[in-house]
Amino acid sequence: MISLTVASLVIFFVVEVAPGDPASFMLGVNAQPDTLAALRSELGLDVPKIQRYFVWVGGLLSGDFGTSYTYRTPVSEMIAARMWVSLPLALYALALSTLIAFPAGIYAASRRGEAGDIGVMGATQLGVAVPNFWFAMMLVLIFAINLRWFAAGGFVGWDEGFWAGMHALTLPAIALALPQAAILARVMRSSLLDVLGEDFMRTARAKGLSARQALWRHGLRNALIPVLTIIGLQFSFLLAGSIIIEQVFYLPGLGRLVFQSISARDLIVVESVVMLLVFSVIIVNFVVDLAYAAVDPRLRSRT
Amino acid sequence: MRRNLIIGGLLTAVFVLAALISFVWTPFDHAALDIPNKLKTPNGTNLLGTDHFGRDILSMIMVGARTSIAVALVAVGIGMGLGIPLGLWAAARSGSWIDELIMRGNDLVFAFPSLVIAILITAIFGAGAVNAIIAIGIFNIPVFARITRGGALSLWQREFILAARVAGKSAARISVEHILPNVTNLLIVQGTIQFSLGILAEAGLSYVGLGAQPPTPSWGRMLADAQTLVSISPHMALMPGLAIILTVLGLNLMGDGLRDYLDPRLRVARL
Repeated sequence: MISLTVASLVIFFVVEVAPGDPASFMLGVNAQPDTLAALRSELGLDVPKIQRYFVWVGGLLSGDFGTSYTYRTPVSEMIAARMWVSLPLALYALALSTLIAFPAGIYAASRRGEAGDIGVMGATQLGVAVPNFWFAMMLVLIFAINLRWFAAGGFVGWDEGFWAGMHALTLPAIALALPQAAILARVMRSSLLDVLGEDFMRTARAKGLSARQALWRHGLRNALIPVLTIIGLQFSFLLAGSIIIEQVFYLPGLGRLVFQSISARDLIVVESVVMLLVFSVIIVNFVVDLAYAAVDPRLRSRT
Repeated sequence: MRRNLIIGGLLTAVFVLAALISFVWTPFDHAALDIPNKLKTPNGTNLLGTDHFGRDILSMIMVGARTSIAVALVAVGIGMGLGIPLGLWAAARSGSWIDELIMRGNDLVFAFPSLVIAILITAIFGAGAVNAIIAIGIFNIPVFARITRGGALSLWQREFILAARVAGKSAARISVEHILPNVTNLLIVQGTIQFSLGILAEAGLSYVGLGAQPPTPSWGRMLADAQTLVSISPHMALMPGLAIILTVLGLNLMGDGLRDYLDPRLRVARL
């Protein structure tokens, strides 16, 4: 809560310091002073900054994000429309990276030091080093331009049906998921290796479980805590990454909205989108804290 | 795993050398337009081919290495310069309000991914290499503060620190003379990792137009230029991409190798 308040203060004042008055930007250099004043009061720019801050935050709390300076439509509507691209994309990528990382990490940990382990670890080193937007371009080159399995960019919209939408988001999600999957697989592996060295794993083996059974029944659950932490931390990178990936695929998501708003000096949209991103990062980390308790009963009493 | 250190060190050295050599010599002038010679695939004269203006890609990558390395290096410098003192301070006053303040501040910065910081900064000051440095640098501060504090906290419990306190040294002096030298290893390893992340971040920012502006060559912008031509001239996208991958891979391997080399105890828990 405190961090949200501070974050909102930081964002508001940082953006408000920006040179360039939105009203004079919209009317151009030849604007008459009285038209300028009229527009400023219409946009609510003529009141003191402090007051505008409280109007903005009050609006945020009640779900009213204000009105876009350039489009004259409610910001919440603009954001909601874009959210339906960005959020499914981030979740799709998160699901993909988990689906790749868990088996890869578990496989590598159970084959520690063998060729399979070295292969997986080498692949993750490479995965971490590849910039996701470059990987996205290569995906477009291979799967959209040469093989024509996917469209090279744009978004059909969910009206075309769920699968059509998912199909359009597949390449971006793969591009976004790759570096995350690499990091996650490494964490999964090292966390499992730590757990495999614990006494209770030896006990599990001693009572007659095979190495495989012990790993699935006792090892995995105990190895999940650090993995969850990283998933939470990665979420902020996923959101940031989606901003860039949206540029590669011309997806009408939050990222494009931000870039358009910056060039149009539509400050209120920039403020609201950034606030929303920060808000979701903080919320996700809070949810991760709650998830600890679900995974590890020992943490329940402490929190 | 000395192999990591050697391979990583070699890869890094190649790109640092390429950047340094570019100050005195490049195969061609990186900015020279040669339209009739445009979009050439790699050949004997232009080893990595030419772009849509006929500029030599190898020369551009060499000069671009300068931008990438400079941005990432200064950003790590900012992160270390502010993060290390903050971390030392928080550890020396562990549990007090100042520790709490520093760590909460860290959490706050962590909630802004570097790209979001960059977007905010660009919204104010406009796009440019300097603003990219600031954005990546701000993001580096909590990383170094956290790692310094973590390392320093356990050191404060040790006997030799107690001895120094008995000898009458102030907390600030102990931090600088006894704590700092003992966390240097941690910081060097983290430094290489942040350096590689900085190169990736710079490329990403330049790619979306928030980083280095023309005519400063940059790997990220080379990729942005290549995007519309990727079906005609894939090499335009391939070459700068490989440069980024190899540099980052080199730095990461070097970081891994350094960690094992500097601290054998960590050999098991490699991430």
